[in-house]
Amino acid sequence: MAIAKVLGIETEYGIAGGPDMDPITASSIVVNAYAQQGRTRINWDFHGETPELDARGLPGLTSFAPIVETHLANTVLTNGARLYVDHAHPEYSSPECRTPLEATLFDVAGEEVMRRAVMVANESLNPEHMITLYKNNSDGKGNSYGTHENYLVSRDVDFSYVIRAMVPHFVSRQIIVGAGKLGAETDHAIDADPYFQLSQRAEFFEEVVGLETTLKRPIINTRDEPHSDAERFRRLHVIIGDANLSQVATFVKLGSTALLLAALEDFGPEPFPSAPRHPVRAVRAYALDPTLHAVEICDDDQWRSAWDFQDQLWQLADRYVTQRGGEAVADDGEVTLILRQWRELLDGVRDDTDAVADRVDWVAKLRVVNGIRERYDLGPHDAKLRAIDLQYHDLRPEKSLAQRVGLTKLLDEGAVREAVHNPPRTTRAFFRGQCVARYPDQIAAANWDSVVFDLGEGPLQRVPMLDPLRGTAALTQDLLEVSSTADELLQALDR
Amino acid sequence: MSEQERIQKQRTERTADTAAEVSVDTTKGEQLKAELDDLLDEIDEVLEENAEEFVRNYVQKGGE
Repeated sequence: MAIAKVLGIETEYGIAGGPDMDPITASSIVVNAYAQQGRTRINWDFHGETPELDARGLPGLTSFAPIVETHLANTVLTNGARLYVDHAHPEYSSPECRTPLEATLFDVAGEEVMRRAVMVANESLNPEHMITLYKNNSDGKGNSYGTHENYLVSRDVDFSYVIRAMVPHFVSRQIIVGAGKLGAETDHAIDADPYFQLSQRAEFFEEVVGLETTLKRPIINTRDEPHSDAERFRRLHVIIGDANLSQVATFVKLGSTALLLAALEDFGPEPFPSAPRHPVRAVRAYALDPTLHAVEICDDDQWRSAWDFQDQLWQLADRYVTQRGGEAVADDGEVTLILRQWRELLDGVRDDTDAVADRVDWVAKLRVVNGIRERYDLGPHDAKLRAIDLQYHDLRPEKSLAQRVGLTKLLDEGAVREAVHNPPRTTRAFFRGQCVARYPDQIAAANWDSVVFDLGEGPLQRVPMLDPLRGTAALTQDLLEVSSTADELLQALDR
Repeated sequence: MSEQERIQKQRTERTADTAAEVSVDTTKGEQLKAELDDLLDEIDEVLEENAEEFVRNYVQKGGE
């Protein structure tokens, strides 16, 4: 039986401005500004972080384990998210969510958190030092930063099956969920001299499988850090994806991937399409071809375009839902919406891109780039076009192009405002967020799988949360409501 | 043949077994097409004035 696809998105934001133009300083200012104006100053607890563990077992000899930076600004929000400085970027890691729609809501709430954080930060800065944030994944000059998805997967699934089943999806989904960009910025892609690529990230991928995230980026990342009971769970850490401004794209990206993982758990890898023989070449070649005609040779000697892969994967997901139901991912209504939107985007990018310009980021962006290019008769490398590409991702409401291109909204603005402060009710993030909101002075630190209380006397007390589906509103709300202090809560938990 | 019918027909030909359950609503797309000019006007108004400098100054450190 497929297990509940608990999921979430971590986003590193591009950052410009700040005093002395140092992105680490600027990122710290943003994170601290939010932490200090809000109700929370709870520190992140690094206990249990093991980014060096490899899902394949032995770490590869050439692998560099990611470095956990413990000295930079790092905080837990009342909505259960983590807001911190990762390398030289402010990062928002959404709380664990139970369904793709909920995870989309908390990703969009993250944009609002960042918008508020930078607003507060800028109040204390000179006008020439104003900070701006961008929800994108590259600077157009060869530097990339990530948007990572996380999915709870059963430990029973052999990791080699995850690789076998998911490579086709990860190389091909960019045709509907890519954020698009002008030009190229790595040697091999520059050689191809593209006018436009479907994905911001594709050209930065160099390996099929690996542990790293900053060098030799792999299509399948093997970081084995479940942040939960490692006997029962994996956390699939997906590093190959673009930050989406289209809410529908985020929803389809999460929904399609979650359904395929559930299908893998129940069906095994056999029904999945045969993978491209050269996955790295495939992901790059597909990105370079907005006509979607590029085909790649696969392990079964068939040639497939990215569209062919997506079509087969959609059929598989549809069959899975028909035969087994989609409960592992969401309720019937939401699963139907995932399948319908996925299908519409797929048919739209092939048959009539204007029909999906309100939902597919790369289509929306390219349409505006081409519109301005025609209007002013500009060359393909004109800086004005590059400015549009960048400004599409600008978080400032007065500058954001994504907010002006007519993207369909999936979420109610009131719900987004709520999600800025309140955690999802469906996972342990509820307990984490509520503890941070209710007992801020009695919490020493918190992380994904525990909350550490400091009651003032006696040792610190860690409340473990090794099951992402415990700590929900249904299980803990009554307890939290009758506990006016952390002491009372801990006594009640002991009973 | 309307846009809707054309797409429906193509899909029926290419992926016959799924055609019945899906549909693409092109109304919004056509509306967008008509609105493109207005939209470009609005984008023109907010575009960074010195595009060259704006693009040149946007330099990030790698992340993740």
